[in-house]
Amino acid sequence: MSTETPSKQITVIRPTKGWVRIHLRELWEYRELLFFLIWRDVKVRYKQTVLGIGWAVIQPLLMALLFTVVFNQLANIQSRNVEFILFAYMGLLPWNLFAKGLTDGSRSLVTNERLVTKVYFPRLILPSAAVLAGLVDFVIGLGVGFGLLLYFGRWPTIAVLLLPLFVGLTAIAAMGIAFWLSAIDARYRDVRYTVPFLTQMWFFVTPIVYPAELVLQRVPEAWRWLFSLNPMVGVVEGFRWALFGESWDLEPLWWLSVVAVVGIFVSGILYFRRTERIFADMV
Amino acid sequence: MDPAIRVEGLGKRYRIGEFEPYATLRDAIASRFSMRTKKAHERGSPNAGAAPVQASADYIWALRNVSLTVEQGQAVGLIGPNGAGKTTLLKILSRITEPTEGWAAIRGRVRSLLEVGTGFHMELTGRENVYLNGAILGMTRAESESKFEEIVDFAEVRDFIDTPVKRYSDGMRVRLGFAVAAHLQPEVILVDEVLAVGDAAFQRKCLGKMGEVVSEGRTVVLVSHNMAAIQNLCTVAYGLSHGRVFASGDASDVIAQYLESHDRSLPVPLASRTDRRGSGKIRLTSFSIAGAISSPTTAQCGVPTSIEIAYRGEPALRNVDIDMLFFNRFGECVLVVGTSFVGKDFEKLPRQGAFVCRFEKFPLLPGVYNVNLNCGINSIAADVIKNAATIQVVEGDYYRSGKIPSRGYVAVPYDWEVTSPSEPSQTEPPVPSS
Repeated sequence: MSTETPSKQITVIRPTKGWVRIHLRELWEYRELLFFLIWRDVKVRYKQTVLGIGWAVIQPLLMALLFTVVFNQLANIQSRNVEFILFAYMGLLPWNLFAKGLTDGSRSLVTNERLVTKVYFPRLILPSAAVLAGLVDFVIGLGVGFGLLLYFGRWPTIAVLLLPLFVGLTAIAAMGIAFWLSAIDARYRDVRYTVPFLTQMWFFVTPIVYPAELVLQRVPEAWRWLFSLNPMVGVVEGFRWALFGESWDLEPLWWLSVVAVVGIFVSGILYFRRTERIFADMV
Repeated sequence: MDPAIRVEGLGKRYRIGEFEPYATLRDAIASRFSMRTKKAHERGSPNAGAAPVQASADYIWALRNVSLTVEQGQAVGLIGPNGAGKTTLLKILSRITEPTEGWAAIRGRVRSLLEVGTGFHMELTGRENVYLNGAILGMTRAESESKFEEIVDFAEVRDFIDTPVKRYSDGMRVRLGFAVAAHLQPEVILVDEVLAVGDAAFQRKCLGKMGEVVSEGRTVVLVSHNMAAIQNLCTVAYGLSHGRVFASGDASDVIAQYLESHDRSLPVPLASRTDRRGSGKIRLTSFSIAGAISSPTTAQCGVPTSIEIAYRGEPALRNVDIDMLFFNRFGECVLVVGTSFVGKDFEKLPRQGAFVCRFEKFPLLPGVYNVNLNCGINSIAADVIKNAATIQVVEGDYYRSGKIPSRGYVAVPYDWEVTSPSEPSQTEPPVPSS
């Protein structure tokens, strides 16, 4: 993309085998395409809707309200020393970013079939763009979230500085899964039937409508690590910790989730690159 | 000087079934088991080895042992019949798909244009699509910005540049798509059959633009069925057939050889096409149009026309149906003509013969169309060939009025009348009001 000196650049095309290395430099050269694809997804998402971007606010708010009624009022689940609606809302924000990213990302190769079969660019850009496009909704939702925090008189502590870290981890987790699923989807369309089901199950094994210690209390110590292998456990808990500060303490076990996030992301890239060569023929 | 493109022993192999768009895990598991039984069955069948393409052959080569050299600043044409591997070669050179064997090396910035308006989003405006399409084709934002005015002028869509593309006519979409692509500044450009877009005037403009690109000293590889365009733009050409190079050298010589070997007065051969799928109980062997114009790939709008699809099959096949799907330049299906819609499911087919479809008035409006053929037995795909033929439809007087629509793709017979609200059931034309 850059206007380098002509005729220096040589592209060699040959069959690849096995694991393929990641061309970071090339990814960087295509950053504008990533930006444009994100921009396209954002721009198109709320076309021909009356409420437009308002949906980004209404959805999590109504869900948080519903969860408060069902899980807090009816099922009597407590949320430590934070108002339940805040607790649920701040769990839903990163969750929605993750779930939407995972869903859109996993289908991105198929929905962009025309691009995949007609133009060259690093394919990793497609699932990445689908996930990152969700950040716009997320940021708007977060703005409302801060409003809620202030409404309930909770001033964020210094911990809020670590919020971007957990947002980043959410996006990276979604990308990792999206790399895996989109690569599989290119070959096997079973993925489209699995994803709604997968995200629903995932929702319930992640402490969004119940506090994590509910699980910790009931699970023998020797098995707790298993719960924290779910990357979203640590991410959601860390997200809340960054916002609720003193009223929330961070279980050290959650760092295992971070390891899981990195593991999924790296393995996702590797698997994606390995299968990338067949995308154009299979999609 | 080092060549701009060097290709050495390039080959691309597909596994049969990879053309199948909807694989599922279940199919994959099932095929593991069926592979064995199918092979055993084929060995026992008397028909084995008869047809050039066997359903049991697990692999087919879309391209084999192709070597070529393109010097810097040279314009090279690739010609050959449908399914010869031209597009596969361009796709490998543009890194969309990987070769199975051999290698290629390209010097300089490469951009490819396999379709106009790739990635256009209908909801976005013309302006937004210029930037999006530019980015997709590899332009930086700054490049798109500096070329923007030129692109809009070239496409002749200035008044509609802030209108969503979904409100554009096809012609406008195509013009805008080509305009963006034409303003790329690569050192090497690979172009697949996109010059045949738009109306005649715009086609001339496109050809002119390509000529400019060539004279600026860029390296161009051009795939086209338009021999005049190849002749005008290219000095060197390669002829491809069945995935192999059969001729190379001076463009006019190669064109002459190609025209000689692929006599255009003969039906489009399908028997040797390898990019097909289906059970193989029947094989379509050729496609041709018989009508007012003596070319098997040209039809005239509105005149009596018949299309013949020759086949060879197992004896006494029953419940055979066939569909012809016509696609426009955007890859959108605009017309499906099939036996099942008119209640013709052929019983006891002769082993060899031809399906003949008769049109009283050929319904497609002037333009270029790709034809897919789907032949099924008991509703199960028996022989499916995508892009079996590319046909040209020329102007004709469909309505005997001297007028045909300039938009749309299909003409149908109809009648008009005026009825008055007071006598709604009256079929007589109303008396002029007093």
